[in-house]
Amino acid sequence: MPGKLKAKIVAGRHLPVMDRASDLTDAFVEVKFGNTTFKTDVYPKSLNPQWNSEWFKFEVDDEDLQDEPLQITVLDHDTYSANDAIGKVYIDIDPLLSSEAATVISGWFPIYDTIHGIRGEINVLVKVDLFNDLNRFRQSSCGVKFFCTTSIPRCYRAALVHGFVEELVVNEDPEYQWIDRIRTPRASNEARQRLISLMSGELQRKIGLKVLEMGGNAVVGYLQCFDLEGESGLVVRAIGTACTLDKLIPGSASNTNTHPNTAPASNACNSPSKEIKEPVFSEDPTHPLSVPPTPLRTLPSSSSPPPFSPSKLCSRQSSSSDTDLSLTPKMGMGSGISVGKEAGPLKTLLRQQAQSALEQREFPFFTLTCFPPGFLVHIGGVVSARSVKLLDRIHNPALGNTRSYKLLDWNSVAADEPETRDAWWEEIRQEIKSHAKALGCHAVVGYSESTTIWYITHTILRPTSISSEEVCILSASGTAAMLNPRFMREGCLDAGGSDQRLSRQPPLGMVGSERAEGEVSSSWLGFDDASPPSCGFCHIPYDEFNMPFPAQLTYCYHCRRQKVPDVLFTTIDLPAEAAVTGKGCLIQARLCRTKKKAQGEVNATAISNLLPFMEYELHTQLMNKLKLRCMNALFGLRIQISVGENMLLGLASATGVYLSALPAPGGIQIAGKTPSDLSYDQHISTMQKRINDTIAMNKELYNIHPPECIEEVVGSPIPDRQRSRLFRSTSESSDELSELDLSHGKKDAFVLEIDDTDAVEDIQSLLTDAPMPAGFYSCNTEVMPGIYNWTSGLQMFTSVRVYRLNNANLTNQGLNKIFTDLCENLLKSLYFKLRSMIPCCLCHLNFTVAVPEEELIQVAVTAVAMSFDKETQLAADKALNKGSGENEEQLQFSMELCGESTSSNNQPTAKPSGLPESAMTHSSSRDRCSTWLELLRLKAHTIRRGSVKTTSSSERCSPLPEVRSRSLRSTRSLPCGAPVTVVKMTPLSFLPRTRIVKYLGIINMFFIRETTSLREEGGVSGFLHSFIAEVFAMVRAHVAALGGNAVVSYSMKECVFMENPNKNQAQCLINVSGDAVIFVRESDQEAIPPLITCGQTSTTGADGTT
Amino acid sequence: MSVELDVFVVNTTIMDEEVYQLWLDGYTVNDAVKVRMEGGVLEGCEASAEVLHSDTMDQYRTFQMCERLLHSPVKLANQLLFQIPPHRQVMLIERYYAFDSVFVREVLGKKLSKGTKKDLDDVSAKTGVTLKSCRRQFDNFKRVFKVVEELKGPLVENIRQHFLLSDKLARDYAAIVFFANNRFETGKKKLHYLTFQDFAFCAGQLISNWTVGALGDYNMVEDMDVDLEKEFLQDLKELKILITDRDLLDQHKSLVCTALRGKTKAFNEMEANFKNLSRGLVNIAAKLTNTKEVRDFFIDLVEKFIEPCRSDKWTAGDMRLYLTHYTNSAHVLDTFKHQVVWDRYMGVIKSCILKMYHD
Repeated sequence: MPGKLKAKIVAGRHLPVMDRASDLTDAFVEVKFGNTTFKTDVYPKSLNPQWNSEWFKFEVDDEDLQDEPLQITVLDHDTYSANDAIGKVYIDIDPLLSSEAATVISGWFPIYDTIHGIRGEINVLVKVDLFNDLNRFRQSSCGVKFFCTTSIPRCYRAALVHGFVEELVVNEDPEYQWIDRIRTPRASNEARQRLISLMSGELQRKIGLKVLEMGGNAVVGYLQCFDLEGESGLVVRAIGTACTLDKLIPGSASNTNTHPNTAPASNACNSPSKEIKEPVFSEDPTHPLSVPPTPLRTLPSSSSPPPFSPSKLCSRQSSSSDTDLSLTPKMGMGSGISVGKEAGPLKTLLRQQAQSALEQREFPFFTLTCFPPGFLVHIGGVVSARSVKLLDRIHNPALGNTRSYKLLDWNSVAADEPETRDAWWEEIRQEIKSHAKALGCHAVVGYSESTTIWYITHTILRPTSISSEEVCILSASGTAAMLNPRFMREGCLDAGGSDQRLSRQPPLGMVGSERAEGEVSSSWLGFDDASPPSCGFCHIPYDEFNMPFPAQLTYCYHCRRQKVPDVLFTTIDLPAEAAVTGKGCLIQARLCRTKKKAQGEVNATAISNLLPFMEYELHTQLMNKLKLRCMNALFGLRIQISVGENMLLGLASATGVYLSALPAPGGIQIAGKTPSDLSYDQHISTMQKRINDTIAMNKELYNIHPPECIEEVVGSPIPDRQRSRLFRSTSESSDELSELDLSHGKKDAFVLEIDDTDAVEDIQSLLTDAPMPAGFYSCNTEVMPGIYNWTSGLQMFTSVRVYRLNNANLTNQGLNKIFTDLCENLLKSLYFKLRSMIPCCLCHLNFTVAVPEEELIQVAVTAVAMSFDKETQLAADKALNKGSGENEEQLQFSMELCGESTSSNNQPTAKPSGLPESAMTHSSSRDRCSTWLELLRLKAHTIRRGSVKTTSSSERCSPLPEVRSRSLRSTRSLPCGAPVTVVKMTPLSFLPRTRIVKYLGIINMFFIRETTSLREEGGVSGFLHSFIAEVFAMVRAHVAALGGNAVVSYSMKECVFMENPNKNQAQCLINVSGDAVIFVRESDQEAIPPLITCGQTSTTGADGTT
Repeated sequence: MSVELDVFVVNTTIMDEEVYQLWLDGYTVNDAVKVRMEGGVLEGCEASAEVLHSDTMDQYRTFQMCERLLHSPVKLANQLLFQIPPHRQVMLIERYYAFDSVFVREVLGKKLSKGTKKDLDDVSAKTGVTLKSCRRQFDNFKRVFKVVEELKGPLVENIRQHFLLSDKLARDYAAIVFFANNRFETGKKKLHYLTFQDFAFCAGQLISNWTVGALGDYNMVEDMDVDLEKEFLQDLKELKILITDRDLLDQHKSLVCTALRGKTKAFNEMEANFKNLSRGLVNIAAKLTNTKEVRDFFIDLVEKFIEPCRSDKWTAGDMRLYLTHYTNSAHVLDTFKHQVVWDRYMGVIKSCILKMYHD
């Protein structure tokens, strides 16, 4: 009995009236954990009962503690008939299992009913007494900390980054069980909520086990998703990055864990029996990507194994892991690039088992998007893979005709199922890995996975029969990168002695057998070579003469020593050390493509045939929009493709910036193919003019004035390359030549030929993006490049819209227009609603699109509006423009961002290899490929490059000149002392002007709400509005009960809405997650309102933050 | 393409005060959008009417969801559904319970019953206040009435605590409750010139001087501030002696006239009307034991006292002078033993009449 869970029911309030006669309620409470249930006494005739129960004690295994939620049910006692349920509260007790998180859960929780919503509140106290368990074969992983945050959590220091962990569990979906036909919707919803809660608990426990096995103590960037596969079942899967974190408390002992990477468990790699592979991804021998990765010329030891996938492991550990594996059905990251795809499932399986102990290679993937300085050495570009699968019951023998009614019979249900899903993901990950290799990179950062499932939804409300024709697109994407191996080996982010402030502990914490390897790797990277760290990540990691794709390379505008590409695309956040010119902005590419209605395999084939074209189009759009804004890099790129019955939707969002180390983007030139016609020429030149005007306007808007860039002459499509006053080199001039060529219509220029309708459409869509209203900025990353002086005013919001396309026979163009308008309108609406926050920036603006039904498009967005101090900003901008001085401000900002160690600019650790690496740029993939093949290729690989660059900070940021006062916004922060704890929520990993002092645990909640009186609840909007408000309320209540006052890295990962207006019914499922934290205000600063003056203030303020 | 569903939910609920007012005033969404457009809210924003419509809808929905909480404002402070900064909560409550004085004049003193509620459409038509708004205001009156009806302790304080209203608003509600409870007639034509604030003032006077609670006796009796003190009303009968005893009446008159002589232009009228006026006031006092007569308290004051004075063109100063001396002279009367009751009665009467004596 390694744990004792204790719960006490204190009181209730605002209960609903359950007895019409007396207008009162006779409430009592059932407290259930596992199979044990306790009850309180009935508190008669009150809407505000005071139970003050005894402590209910549950003696349980810690395994159960991790898997099971505490279930509290409030009922109305009825002498003559069955007791009526008022509602439930599920409490995840996982935060109590880690010594560093919360110690008690105590507070008011909304009592939730899936049919009626919130019905009153209940005050509960929960504690856990854990006994130490030394059994190394244990199935639990108590104590492993989980973070949704995709950077090293603030208040921690990463001693070691072990790498990728993943897991998935599968079960039958109660909604589709036979019994569902006879039970009430409430019972069915509750079964589902409980099941998912159990499954996520189990998933987390299993991931935790892997982390322990690897020697880590935490999972950062934990991303858990549900795939509601209908009849095929319910998949809960998660990925994350295993780390060893040390708490940053003065005097705290540094962690002593010296087991570096242990490979994740592995066993199976089954090939799915009925998958349809996207043709694009098939190995094409001629494809540039399939070229064997070229060793980096300049790196002598590049052939040595990448540091992350050392095959050497502590044997002790691995053997124990084996045992574990055999006990737990499932899973597997097998690995290896070496495994041929053709291998049959069985063969693969066997081979892997044989190799498992020795050759487990983890995927060198990292779900982090923000890194300690020096971690990222180079960035190759975006890698992504998609695969279309048919969800067929054949894959789920356990769910066949003989259904199991047991909710949690893991062994029987899980037997085959996870293997298939695992194999699918395995395959995708392999593909990603090989793409990364092709880019000369040994790792993938900013990695994420997602699925899009299409099923026939109009039967979804209490389906009687559902077809098994579900199609699922699995997608994975990330950014190929070269990483500094030290982080993986030695655990010292500050190994170089870089950070005086944060690294209070000597980096020697980890000594050990791995030492030797550590050495090897560092020498491998040639650390002694100096290269300014701030631009290193932009330098190409691949071989200049063997480029994976056509690219234009130039010497880095910052260091002039290495090659950089002309454009860099990434899925990560802007590195703290990056030097950026001007501000960034949200860039979205939107696309709609019609598809014939079809079923089964035909449908899957149709979809997979369309995918590459869609990706290509999206990419083209992104590139055009990027150029139009005079920017050269994209961060936080997220491409989502949704499937509907008769159309596919593609939405790509990213934050564009101008990286100072990359060449200035060229303009966009329009060329007509048939220049004979005079009016046609006229038309073209008008368009050209509009484009040039737009570019000029955008430069102004985003404050992009590269110091070395001479203003472009309007009308001239030729970007002036003469800007480098400082470092003009011969290579530069050659570059210039090529650009000139571009203007003549050469392939790599950004030339839009408008005699095909697509191009006209492209141009139209380019120009229809409405500019943001004054005072607004937007981005989809953690923070907006170029804005540093946030106030504490912030407002998190969720907006959901569903549009009905009334015209069934729309063309692609028509659909595109509609889709674009729809996104633009949503943005406009957000700007309007948040106008009181001006000046502000909408951060983490990520849209999720879905096609819930034929002719319906659903767009959901959760983001945060953060206001900033206008005056300080102006001053900073000015200083920036002048290019004067120090980058003090920027520094501070970055500290805040990267959370962990500080980013001092000249951090030795951060040194990327300074070797003369080959550099190349990805050629403008933007040109219109004339041949279909080429197009396919480009698209399929989705490899985009981008490089990011940083300029020396000294060039651009200047100290804040004096500024008057922080804006009034600070007064907008909530007054405290309200009876209910104010809980802030944000999708970002930090709250401006505050310091996070403690992480209390992960919040991961799944809710279902259903109604059979849709009209009475205000129609679909009223229904969803109150549901979302209820979800917020429940999240806040849980955080407050843990003792927290904010949720960071909040996200709404799922919002599935279904309606059946004819039956007056609707159902919605929402899944949210985040990290509960305690923050403190940056004291004095915050407390003394607006009178403090001068830049110094904000400077110090930011300082304190780190 | 049509928008089928459109919601926007924030973590910290912000409400546009202007839209809130439109909602309270009973505007439909479309009308509210029109008003907002005319108000120029779109200026400076690149927004269309569509955007405005969507925003208005969102806010209206939020208000509707909040309305349930506003019915018991104490809940608003500790509910978990909406995170509303305290100062916004105060604003929401205060505005929700605010009422139109034209509306309240119509229902003041009426029974807060279903029947009255049914007639609200007439009231709405008459006052120009939308029916929706009328209903909200009426329901607010009724809700406050029901809650305080069963509570012990001072009326104003109870209202303030249970509905978290400002002192001013709580006093107004106390007046409304007081009027509704005693069913004072306020709708007669002769009373039309009186505003709600006139009545509210009078109600305040009555509550603090003529009720059980007025004695400073905080035994926390139910309805202590709502019902007039029975004993006092009985005692008022004794005042009749002032008009039934001829000597006393003459004596009183001469005392008052002596004091007033030369101090006012209306002296002659005062002297001529003294007996009538005095009879009027004392008769009102004597009749108050009868609940039905209590209802006519204000109409009696106007008919028996204010109107005669007004037709004699007394100024407000004349009125004050007269009432002061009228009250004080009674103390000098040897045979008049009911000084305490007299003061308690006349104190209120004097301030009420002074308040009510205007055009």
